[in-house]
Amino acid sequence: MNFFNQVFFLVAFSLFVTNSHAALTIEISEGVSSALPVAVVPFSSTGASVNISAIVNADLERCGYFKMMAEQAMPSKPNTAATVNFNEWQAASQNYLVIGQLADGGSGQYNVQFQLFDVYKSGQLLGYRMTSSAADLRKTAHHISDLIFEKLTGKKGVFSGRIAYITTTNLGSKQQSQQLQIADADGFNPQTIASSVEPLMSPSWSPDGKKIAYVSFERKSAAIYVQTLASGERTRVAEFPGINGAPAWSPDGTRLALTLSKDGSPDIFILNLSSHSLTKLTKSFAIDTEPSWSPDGNTIVFTSDRGGKPQIYMVSSQGGDEKRLTFSGSYNARASFSPDGRNLVMVHGNGNDYRIAIMDMANKSINVLTSGRSDESPSFAPNGSMILYASKKGGTGFLSAVSIDGKIQQKLVFNSGEVREPSWGP
Amino acid sequence: MKLNKTIVAIAISAVFLSACSDTDEKDASLTDGNLNANSGINDASTNGLNKGYGMNSSAMNGNGDYASTLGPEFNDPNNPLSKRTIYFMLDSSEVMPDFITVISAHSQYLIANPSQHITLEGNGDERGSREYNIALGELRAKSVSSMMKARGVSESQLNIVSYGEEKPAVLGNNEAAWEKNRRVELAYQPR
Repeated sequence: MNFFNQVFFLVAFSLFVTNSHAALTIEISEGVSSALPVAVVPFSSTGASVNISAIVNADLERCGYFKMMAEQAMPSKPNTAATVNFNEWQAASQNYLVIGQLADGGSGQYNVQFQLFDVYKSGQLLGYRMTSSAADLRKTAHHISDLIFEKLTGKKGVFSGRIAYITTTNLGSKQQSQQLQIADADGFNPQTIASSVEPLMSPSWSPDGKKIAYVSFERKSAAIYVQTLASGERTRVAEFPGINGAPAWSPDGTRLALTLSKDGSPDIFILNLSSHSLTKLTKSFAIDTEPSWSPDGNTIVFTSDRGGKPQIYMVSSQGGDEKRLTFSGSYNARASFSPDGRNLVMVHGNGNDYRIAIMDMANKSINVLTSGRSDESPSFAPNGSMILYASKKGGTGFLSAVSIDGKIQQKLVFNSGEVREPSWGP
Repeated sequence: MKLNKTIVAIAISAVFLSACSDTDEKDASLTDGNLNANSGINDASTNGLNKGYGMNSSAMNGNGDYASTLGPEFNDPNNPLSKRTIYFMLDSSEVMPDFITVISAHSQYLIANPSQHITLEGNGDERGSREYNIALGELRAKSVSSMMKARGVSESQLNIVSYGEEKPAVLGNNEAAWEKNRRVELAYQPR
């Protein structure tokens, strides 16, 4: 039923690249000055409801590394290598050219092929032929974007990824609904995986991307749930007296680090998800919360106010000495490691403004990346190139993304309601 | 499609405007005392704070109504039992002297009425990280709980939950909103 609705919708509005089927519209507010000129020629297509080349074009445009050529400006619209005239693309000052075809292969399957050319070398850089079901055509388009991105930048693409976030919808008569949603990295295909009139918080992806842990107050007190995305099946893994918060998966997916206050002050615990055994990791009388694992699983960083103000500390995931990491700024919280383990991203406050900052683990230097007044919940993209975070302005929340050098900035515009606590999936 | 977006935009700004005007209105009630001294802040009733925007604080929707059914003293603005919100300074869980009367009055009521139960709902403003604010909200609720226990209230009558910044009483990115969100709500529970 849903599937047919979606197909109908896409047919009806296939002319619009960004239609209201997307939960989010992503606008690039700042890109690199050296953006590479790329032309994606509309693919020839027979009967498909998804405009693959438009999705590839939008992905590449959004990432900030490329300057995409408008379709009207294209000197020609070749779909085969034999009909490409490199001279005219050189004359149009394009560095790279993408062409492709989409053909109905029968029984709901499509044959997709594309080629990426270096215009000045007049040669092919990439060429792929793939099959896709009708339902997977968007996924296939993002996969093509990933392949092109990696070829041209040397970095893994993140267009095929998914994001999780919390959104609030007003139901009228003083009632609100909180929803935990997941969507494609471009905001399409939003799916509500949990909803409650009470707060939902702190979504955390399992390393294999199949489960999400989160906090729900649906029973009028905090509890941590683990939900399997494919089946919707969920388990309540922690519901102790007091705080049950900040779940974070170990890199091997077997344990959750979390915050419990059952013994008095909030401390970091490790819950083994198969044996259900619980190990207390920190024992201070202060607030210890917001644990996050290093990629090798050996270290956990967390927020503690044991020194009077919240700062970032680290401890071995086996327990032991706890060491303070941040000394610059009166407020450092909610740290997490970059995928290569070399940097920490965190909320960095100076008393008035709370911004996203990145810290080099080698020399402990802190670089503030954003300029909002109330930026929070930073989350690394799986390739480590961008950081997704939440901002607030005018009493409402929205999502933004910034590259780790601060040069590329994107704003993710949500169609309805408030959106917060983004988490970039694996 | 474009029309839809326009309607949504208008609807959102209308909500925001009503939140703003609520803030302005409450500012007026605070003018008889400066913020640091906090005289006057405890005049802001939970009822007023929630008006205009639909944050469904349980003290507002269910339990607030329940408390108001407990007796006329809960609705008499001159009686400290009518005040069921304790406000806090930035990044602090220390109960300010102005609220001691309110906490003492509720303690005496709970001691005299051992069948009554109360949930202390800790809250914070929106600044900083969300889970840290959960911890801060719990500290605030525990401060109030300790004072009540010190006055003889049975632990079995007290329940604590922290909502951090998840249930703001007032929306807004300014001190006027923040000072109304750093609070503990005393929510009487029907049992």
